[in-house]
Amino acid sequence: MTIASSHPDPPTPPALPAPHTRTVPASDSDPFSRAVIEDPSALHAELRDAGPVVYLTRYDTYALARYDDVQAALVNWQQFPSGYGVGLSNFRYERPWRPPSLLLESDPPRHDAPRRLLAKILGPRALRRLREQWFTDAERLVDELLAGASAGGEVELDAVPALAEAFPLRVFPDAVGLGQAGREHLLPYGDHAFNAFGPGNDLVAQGAPRVAELSAWVGAQCEREALAPVGFGADIWAAADRGEITPQQAPLIVRSLLTAGVDTTVHGLGAVLWALAANPTQWRLLKAQPELARTAFDEAVRLESPVQTFFRTADGDVPIGGALIPDGKKILMFLSAANRDPRRWPDPDAFDLTRDPSGHVGFGMGLHQCVGQHIARLEGEALLTALARRVESIELTAPPRRHPNNTLRALASLPLRLRLAR
Amino acid sequence: MAQAPGRPDARSLVIAGKTAAADGVAVLTLARPSGRRLPDWTPGAHLDLVLPGGLTRQYSLCGDRWDAYRYRVAVLREPAGRGGSGYVHAQLHVGDLIGWGGPRNGFPLVPSQAYLFIAGGIGITPLLPMIAQADLLDADWTLLYAGRSLASMAFLDELSGYGDRVRLTPGDAGGRLDLNPWLGAPRPGVKVYCCGPSRLLDAVAGICAGWPRYSLRTERFEPRAAASNAGDAAFEVELRRSGAQVTVAPGVSVLDAARRAGATVLSSCERGVCGTCETAVVAGRPDHRDSLLDDDERSRGDCMYICVSRAAAGSRLVLDL
Repeated sequence: MTIASSHPDPPTPPALPAPHTRTVPASDSDPFSRAVIEDPSALHAELRDAGPVVYLTRYDTYALARYDDVQAALVNWQQFPSGYGVGLSNFRYERPWRPPSLLLESDPPRHDAPRRLLAKILGPRALRRLREQWFTDAERLVDELLAGASAGGEVELDAVPALAEAFPLRVFPDAVGLGQAGREHLLPYGDHAFNAFGPGNDLVAQGAPRVAELSAWVGAQCEREALAPVGFGADIWAAADRGEITPQQAPLIVRSLLTAGVDTTVHGLGAVLWALAANPTQWRLLKAQPELARTAFDEAVRLESPVQTFFRTADGDVPIGGALIPDGKKILMFLSAANRDPRRWPDPDAFDLTRDPSGHVGFGMGLHQCVGQHIARLEGEALLTALARRVESIELTAPPRRHPNNTLRALASLPLRLRLAR
Repeated sequence: MAQAPGRPDARSLVIAGKTAAADGVAVLTLARPSGRRLPDWTPGAHLDLVLPGGLTRQYSLCGDRWDAYRYRVAVLREPAGRGGSGYVHAQLHVGDLIGWGGPRNGFPLVPSQAYLFIAGGIGITPLLPMIAQADLLDADWTLLYAGRSLASMAFLDELSGYGDRVRLTPGDAGGRLDLNPWLGAPRPGVKVYCCGPSRLLDAVAGICAGWPRYSLRTERFEPRAAASNAGDAAFEVELRRSGAQVTVAPGVSVLDAARRAGATVLSSCERGVCGTCETAVVAGRPDHRDSLLDDDERSRGDCMYICVSRAAAGSRLVLDL
């Protein structure tokens, strides 16, 4: 049984057992190198084809890249707990860079109450009251962007700031109940948090100078006084009043919304906009059947996997695919590779609205599956519906540019031309 | 019970073990026929078991959640009951298949430094995993456990390792559960969890009236008047948007049947946990088998999770698909 190690003074690591390199294929590839971050597909194929488990010599970590094995590891919280961190850093031996998340970096039983609460607050039934408002907000944003053009005219824009960032930043902080000041800190904070799941490379170093400032701002927004009287934040504090969580847990649960709720959706929206621009047939299909907006967003999450990877830690020696992961070793689950595993998905690299993307692991699976997935889907559905209503065609005007991140599949720029319906 | 065609694994559990835990208390161990993982649960959760004759009964999970492959429930034989417990005791055997829903939790354990658990008879079942958890977390806890007689009180062997944290009050030994020393004066910071007969719950609630709000959490062991289920019979579904009429065969989910009829429905966990396949119900009464809706939400009947839920007996569903 595993309880997340408490914050102070982690023990020193014991002498490590020899890795099972005899039975497990090994790779000296670096999944966090700039080249792989730019285009991970070759590494993904190599790992999937090498076997169910591949030992990554650089990081003393076991990689899973096939759908079945990733899915099985995700749901197996008993043997692959999250409390030792879901990044490369092993909290058994290393001090986390911030107090661990009560959701992401936590296991039963401590995980239960925070998860139960957020599942309710962010559940499909609770979101019904936001649906109409967010659809209106999406229409308004699209109308603003197209305001200069007449029927049949064109608008050129960079869809990353103008759509993928603008829409979540317009609706989500309001739904949480954040104040107006300082919202520009949300994206860099999330970006750093997702870099920090990887190794301490240049991407982490780039973010480091602002960690104290950003963490302090985020921390301050999680306090009750900083939050609007109506919103997810207020809902979390109200649950503390009812004793469903402790008052000490409330700010950390709010923090989870701010860490995981913005960048991820931004990159999911970026992914679906790129996919639609690059696949005119699929865009026309969406135009003809706007109810495919939900499928389109999930298909893009499958195809691009905005969250590429997460780690777990073996609790005891755990068998997978004929190999044994030694106790205390990290496993690295490639959600992205699983979502394009040809063993699971026919024509996996195609963006196809006629496929059923159900069962993809882009939101994870099991106990820790993205608790905000219904929010992400609602944002995606609202924005795509608004675009499909007014825009006749979408095309790229220049190659998109990646934004490198150790965990996120992200875009820095997506130059698009939108042609209005006549 | 015959094995249903289609995907019996999703619809049925197999009785993997049946033992007596005390006089009149049968303990069932349940597993998937395929041996695959079961949905996760938390202490306080119950399972809906679908019994023959349209009965659905709720039984608290009282096993080990670290075992992902087996559920354990304990069933008290109630001569005055409506036949559910009699069926389980007399007719349900190892190897039989049984329909199920959930797990759901309307009685969750909230975080606290200290707990007072109060069990009356079979009311021990939801408290058992709570106690294991409180102990694991080094919380300060006490269990007051009352029953008719020691012979009728289940799980005494498992509780014996906790020493004097457990206070037993068997009625036939002349004992009477005296709540006043424990509840007479409010103890801020202590959460009180009580499960058992109404008489006990009412007494505890009365004494706790002066405690801080939300100190006391209870679960009543009374069968609620739930819509009688259709067992695993076939039923009809109309997909409103396409007008398609679909017969959902035993062992086939509404989700699969709707997809075969051409509907586009996103799903994810396909275990009634994540909520992705939520579908609006236009007409008809669902037989809910998910882990998401509470009793109020279920009684509204305006939506369902079609990966696991079905139609109530005699009801034809019209879904917004």
